Amino acid sequence: MQLQSKLARFELSVVPHMGAAYNLARWLTRNEHDAEDVVQEAYLRAYRFFEGFHGTDGRTWLLAIVRNTCYTWLQQNRKPTLELEEDIPELDGGRSSPEALLLRSVDSEMLRQALDDLPVEFREAIVLRELEGLSYKEIGEVAGVPLGTVMSRLARARSRLQKALKGRARQGGAA
Amino acid sequence: MSCDDAQMLLDAYVDGELDLLRGVEIEKHMEGCQACAGAVENLRALGTAMRSGGLYYQPPASLGPRLEKVLQRAGRSEAPPRRFGWQLIAVAASLLLAVYFVARMIPGIPHDASNSLMAQETLDSHLRSLMPGHLTDVQSTDQHTVKPWFNGKLDYSPPVTDFASQGFPLTGGRLDSLEGRAVAVLVYQRRQHLINVYVWPAPGSADASVGESVRQGYNMIHWTRGGMNWWIVSDVNSGELNSFANLLRAAPASAPPAP
Repeated sequence: MQLQSKLARFELSVVPHMGAAYNLARWLTRNEHDAEDVVQEAYLRAYRFFEGFHGTDGRTWLLAIVRNTCYTWLQQNRKPTLELEEDIPELDGGRSSPEALLLRSVDSEMLRQALDDLPVEFREAIVLRELEGLSYKEIGEVAGVPLGTVMSRLARARSRLQKALKGRARQGGAA
Repeated sequence: MSCDDAQMLLDAYVDGELDLLRGVEIEKHMEGCQACAGAVENLRALGTAMRSGGLYYQPPASLGPRLEKVLQRAGRSEAPPRRFGWQLIAVAASLLLAVYFVARMIPGIPHDASNSLMAQETLDSHLRSLMPGHLTDVQSTDQHTVKPWFNGKLDYSPPVTDFASQGFPLTGGRLDSLEGRAVAVLVYQRRQHLINVYVWPAPGSADASVGESVRQGYNMIHWTRGGMNWWIVSDVNSGELNSFANLLRAAPASAPPAP
């Protein structure tokens, strides 16, 4: 019976990834209520389009839908906060000074704030990589961009994070 | 490898995304380049901080049930409701089943206790079916259309008879689930009222006399006969529902095949 197997397949390949869906939506919308609404909308879309899913990786497929739903939501609900990549300074010297000790000592609240301040496409790349553990290829599928873009977004995101964290840590130390 | 080339690849190196040869080149380069070695150390420290910092947002406990509800509604428009893989729901359902079976087995507990669970489940299903678009999977007043529709969807063939001439026209059928098994539901109409008829096999059960109850304003009648369980639910008055039940019981076990 086709309908039953659709639902059964949906249960197996999509339903278990609710945590990942929520985490991504929460980071992209930066708001817990909006994240829940986005996840609900994304699950409905996923269910509707499930016939078109023939792959084996339900998580990547679902996360791509969550991501697109988030972007639609961001366009409708917020002033555009997307920054052009060209505006972002190239890798700076901070990257090469070994301050690993300092980075290890930052607390999670500081990290959370620094992540929230990133442009959304950098934030999504870093969340998918570090928190979700996706490969570059999977991140590219979720975000709909080529591998090279994934690589440069991650590099720039980390460069920004390091700079922000060092700045905050210094401020904290001086205070 | 030049320092510029290496710098471009440091993130991919840390992320384990470089092929073996490139990786070796980077490592060779870092032996002689303090800056790149330090940058890699920074990247690793940042990654460790991110992964250990409690940054992963856990969904609220209410999200699972909320999604389940929405999806069931979505599924309803194309398929009858079935359980989802939500662990909580599964646990709750198995608890309910366990209670039900224990209630049946313990002689001290009257059989009514299990019937009362059954009644609630049947009533819940009836109420769900009244939501727009949820009533029928196959819409037809022809018993010879409704009966074959169940073929291949169930492991039994429910008796289907139209009682239009007696004022209870058949309007269709659907699949539903009770006690965790798929059951046939026949939908009849009495003026503006709908009657849901649940039929499923009761292997080994003796015929049981009619049980009648009222729940949340709905009349329910159930009996077991000829190896089948019957539950009917409706908001029509008890007298009319009883005469409908009598029609069902008097009907042949299975309608004659279409000419």
